[in-house]
Amino acid sequence: MTEPIEEVVQDSPQRVERGEAFLDVRDLKVHFPTDDGVVKSVDGVSFQLERGKTLGIVGESGSGKSVTSLSIMGLHPPGIANISGQIFLDGQDLVTASREEVRLLRGKRMAMIFQDPLSAMHPFYTVGTQIVEAYRVHNQVSKAVAKKHAIEMLDRVGIPQPDRRVDAYPHQFSGGMRQRAMIAMALSCDPDLLIADEPTTALDVTVQAQILDLIRDLQREFNSAVIIITHDLGVVAELADDIQVMYAGRAAEYSTAEDIFDRPQHPYTWGLLGSMPRIDRERSERLIPIKGTPPSLINVPEGCAFNPRCNYAHLNGGASETERPELLDTGNGHLVACHLSPQERQKAWETDIKPKL
Amino acid sequence: MRWNRITTVTAVSAAVALSLVACGGPKASSGGSGGGSSAATPEFDAANNKIFNPSDKKGGTLRMAITEKWDSTDPGDTYYGLSWNLVRNYVRPLMTFKSAPGKEGAKVVPDLAEAPGVPSDDAKTWTYKLRKGVKYEDGTEVKAKDVMYGVARSLDKTTLPNGPTYFNDFLLDVPKDYSVAKDPQMKLLSKAMTTPDDYTIVFHLNKTFAGFDYFAQLPSTAGVPQAKDTGTKYQLHPISSGPYKFESNDANKGFTLVRNDQYDPATDPDTGRKALPDKINVAYNVNGADIDNRLQAGDLDVDIAGTGVQAETQAKVLADPKLKAHTDSVLSTRLNFTVFNSEVKPFDNVNCRKAVLYAADHEGYQRAYGGPFGGDIATNLMPPSVAGAEKFDDYGFEADKNGNPTKAKEALTACGMPSGFSTNIAYRADRPKEKAVAESLQQSLAKVGIKLTPKGFPTGDYTKLYAGKPDYAKANGLGMIVYSWGADWPDGFGFLSQIVDSRVIRASGGNTNLGIRIPEVDQLIDKALATTDDAARNKIWVDVDKKVMEQAGVLPGVWAKGLLYRPDTLANVFSNDGQNMYDYASIGLAQK
Amino acid sequence: MFAYLVRRVIGAVLLLFIVTAVTFAIFFLVPRLGGATADDLAGRYVGKSAGQEQIHNTAVRLGFTDPLYVQYGRFVKGLVVGQDYNYGTGTERCPAPCFGYSFLTQQPVWPDLVARIPVTASLAGGAAFIWLLTGVGTGVISALRRGSVLDRSLMSVALAGVSLPIFFTGLLSLSIFSYGLGWTQQGGINPLDETNPLWWAYDLILPWVTLAFLYAAAYARLTRAGMLETMNEDYVRTARAKGLTERTVVLRHGLRSALTPILTIFGLDLGLLMGGAILTETTFSLPGIGQYAVIALRANDLPKVLGVTLVAAFFIVLANLVVDLLYAVVDPRVRIS
Repeated sequence: MTEPIEEVVQDSPQRVERGEAFLDVRDLKVHFPTDDGVVKSVDGVSFQLERGKTLGIVGESGSGKSVTSLSIMGLHPPGIANISGQIFLDGQDLVTASREEVRLLRGKRMAMIFQDPLSAMHPFYTVGTQIVEAYRVHNQVSKAVAKKHAIEMLDRVGIPQPDRRVDAYPHQFSGGMRQRAMIAMALSCDPDLLIADEPTTALDVTVQAQILDLIRDLQREFNSAVIIITHDLGVVAELADDIQVMYAGRAAEYSTAEDIFDRPQHPYTWGLLGSMPRIDRERSERLIPIKGTPPSLINVPEGCAFNPRCNYAHLNGGASETERPELLDTGNGHLVACHLSPQERQKAWETDIKPKL
Repeated sequence: MRWNRITTVTAVSAAVALSLVACGGPKASSGGSGGGSSAATPEFDAANNKIFNPSDKKGGTLRMAITEKWDSTDPGDTYYGLSWNLVRNYVRPLMTFKSAPGKEGAKVVPDLAEAPGVPSDDAKTWTYKLRKGVKYEDGTEVKAKDVMYGVARSLDKTTLPNGPTYFNDFLLDVPKDYSVAKDPQMKLLSKAMTTPDDYTIVFHLNKTFAGFDYFAQLPSTAGVPQAKDTGTKYQLHPISSGPYKFESNDANKGFTLVRNDQYDPATDPDTGRKALPDKINVAYNVNGADIDNRLQAGDLDVDIAGTGVQAETQAKVLADPKLKAHTDSVLSTRLNFTVFNSEVKPFDNVNCRKAVLYAADHEGYQRAYGGPFGGDIATNLMPPSVAGAEKFDDYGFEADKNGNPTKAKEALTACGMPSGFSTNIAYRADRPKEKAVAESLQQSLAKVGIKLTPKGFPTGDYTKLYAGKPDYAKANGLGMIVYSWGADWPDGFGFLSQIVDSRVIRASGGNTNLGIRIPEVDQLIDKALATTDDAARNKIWVDVDKKVMEQAGVLPGVWAKGLLYRPDTLANVFSNDGQNMYDYASIGLAQK
Repeated sequence: MFAYLVRRVIGAVLLLFIVTAVTFAIFFLVPRLGGATADDLAGRYVGKSAGQEQIHNTAVRLGFTDPLYVQYGRFVKGLVVGQDYNYGTGTERCPAPCFGYSFLTQQPVWPDLVARIPVTASLAGGAAFIWLLTGVGTGVISALRRGSVLDRSLMSVALAGVSLPIFFTGLLSLSIFSYGLGWTQQGGINPLDETNPLWWAYDLILPWVTLAFLYAAAYARLTRAGMLETMNEDYVRTARAKGLTERTVVLRHGLRSALTPILTIFGLDLGLLMGGAILTETTFSLPGIGQYAVIALRANDLPKVLGVTLVAAFFIVLANLVVDLLYAVVDPRVRIS
């Protein structure tokens, strides 16, 4: 962390309108007006990320993690999403930038890889064609040069016989190969920011690790900033420097990966950890799923959004149901949005949660 | 699937009306090749039996079109009125109908022949002398042998099935299944026809027939050079002896006639042919609504069918005085009528037939055919345009236009069925007008207790399999049969012989006499055939008409009329009693 | 691939024979069931005043007196090796494929079909070009502006296009543009008589547009639905994420996929139309296959009906085959086997 973590606080309109970190997201809100009401998919999220670092965004489906990343990429269709706040990429605010400006950044300075590489690649074009297309839109080169580059990229992501595979169609690749090809495509223009949205979810477990290794290796090689979006803490455990846990469109907890795993503070994070299978533990313990279901984003529960599912909400004298907890530093840049007192948290963690993990 | 799609075609005509709403009036300009402003002012019926915009000026292209196609352009293989009208432009039969307006046009005058036929042997032998110097398009002269060959080839109904069978029926000793292809020397016809010299042809009949000049005007009496006969392919290029010859001909699309430079008007003093256009184009298979639109726009000169505009166009044209001034309501030699099947009870009883005549709503019958412009209420069989016809009204149709229930009930009582009876009425299912007739009669007859059940049959097989097949009609109780009949030519024989003579009824079907069996009528017909004096003969045909009406053999409906559209592009246009449409031998184009 | 083609062609030929056999059966069996004899059938092809003998002779000449399979065999033989035809004063050779001679005009059917196929092809091809361009274009615009006033008005026009029959739109446009304004050619013209391609197009423009309107409307709706679906696909999002221009995203990625099912329908539509655009040809009096079908059916002229049926079936079968082959080219996931 090069920036003091204290800086990452919400609602600071008086601050200078210029990002300080390479990627600086401030109070991002993404609301979708629908006939049933406003869907607050992202409701005030802030974080920062430097080149060479990896941020993991973790949460259940509907927590707003994918919407956040699509906002950074500028991929929400115009007129459908209301986006406010700031997203500074190397000092340029993407929220106020024109669509054309953002388009020119897409693929070149920031790139994204998606969950299901089969549906994310066009079935009618060869892998090579799709990489060439990605490269040539930002680089004035001939098709031959671009194809050579595509073969190089395929080689780099570990695809055997890249000069032949470059002419294959996505459906002719295995799942892992496809994701490698996706990564090759995303990295073809050497982006500064790589967003990986559930990059391993659709893959075999054995392949997952290879892909994560690949992402880590390439990050080192390209020195890019990486955002890994996942519902699986296991994925970020290996890759992330920092982790943001999201719930109902807001950050529940933010800290270094080490802290999140060793000293998690938020009951929701505890739940995530409890539902994570771990091969280093004895099998006698059953997984502890989080009770209930994620809330509706139209009618987010009053107070702490997590309160209907929280085992400790009764400890806060009614504050959980009425007051929204601020995301506050509990020390060493460990931010938590929870009404529990540090003592109660400490006690719950030590006695209820940790032994079961 | 193909069959499904076809059915939708029938819906086309229904929708035509809709589209016509959007049409404007006729364009002021004329697109006609010979067109231009005409000297005469158009007015309603201006060409009905009189010449509108008389002209002798030659030139231009006459554009004609028809919705389908008629049987054939081969003079030996055609049986359509429009075809007999048009054929006079490219061949010259022995005799022909004079090209003149009104009654004059119903006169048969010498064409290839020098003079009318000379009868002998009790009108069983007819001799014609040919004109000298009448040439084919290749410059050779038309000889008597060619005329004989033309008639001979038309006897082969297997090769040329469409033409009339008068020569087969009347010539002496024509062998069964005669085919000139198997008898090129025509030896087997030596008793039927002889050619004593190049300019004389003699016809020998198997019975007395006084009206042979009408046979001599059939197109098959135009000469056909034997060497040029190509059987069924001859229709593509009939060898011309008239003022025009074929330039091109496609059996599916149409043809073009151009002037025949071998035609010499000096050899043609009697027919009144004018041959004004330089060229005649005929297009087949043109959409009916399109034809009417093009006539109004001046982009087409003649609907060659000559039966009048489409029903939808008629309503529109009559409502607009300017358009109406371009129309002629021409009486045809067609009777729309309903026949009583004397084999179906109770129509074996004359009084029951009379009851229907009294009870019928004649105005309703007329309405079914489009009202007064569809035709006049018929009070007897022969249309007034038939030569020598007399109009009489024995049952008081005109006094009681909507029927006379009192008299109908009297007739029913006389028939022994005072409370009425039930029977079926047959009509052609795809002819809405005939359906309307059946429904109108159903209503009017119900008032006197006669219950009619309408039964529709397909047009194609109407006379062959259903209404015109005696055993079928009897077994299915078809007591009344809606029908329509047009004369082959406008005399009593041409109109009546095929529909009232009981001896022409064939058990195998295909009949045109649908149930009239009156012995006195048969005797009168024989008498007429033997009477050479025209006036006396015409009188006998009137007697036939009267006898059929006296016996209530048919319920006459309407004498059909067609509303012909006459574009400004036409000159020297007229209808007559010979063609009952515009005469195509004299029609010309208005010159600029 | 080659084996596949051979299999398909054999199947197509078999199908064509079945189609003709069924047509044959309908033509002869249906009247037979109604009790008609060979002579009754022949009665349709004689003149007004034919006697029984003449009708019977015609029945013999047309072969109606032979058993049905003999008649069908004769037809097939004519198709495969040709036949000799007696035209009254001699015989002529009708070479294979001989579709026989019209019962009514006694002219050979095959030359008629050969003359008419280009007319129908001109009509169908030109209309297809127009409707593909306008229909797909409209569909794309509508999908991209989904819910806008533009979208809604375009789709209303498309609904009208789908609902209004050709004989309405055709006659309406004729009365406005030909007879009213005088801008376009009237019906009844054979565009193939023109030597200048511009005149050919001028003759056909109104039928083209009228026919295309019907199809364009349907294609607009199809394209719109297809585009709405594909534009939500993951690979379209990927394309955007690559920074491609919106135009490239829409045309290269969205439309390309949306067009694939349309290609199938297009092929079949074109095949169907090649068998005769019956309503359009009738309305505009174009001498094509469809008009021929109407003439043939009205007259119960079996050889013509068979000819038209065969031609129509041939084009449909051909279109099916081409579409299947093309599909493999368009969509690499599809394998021919």
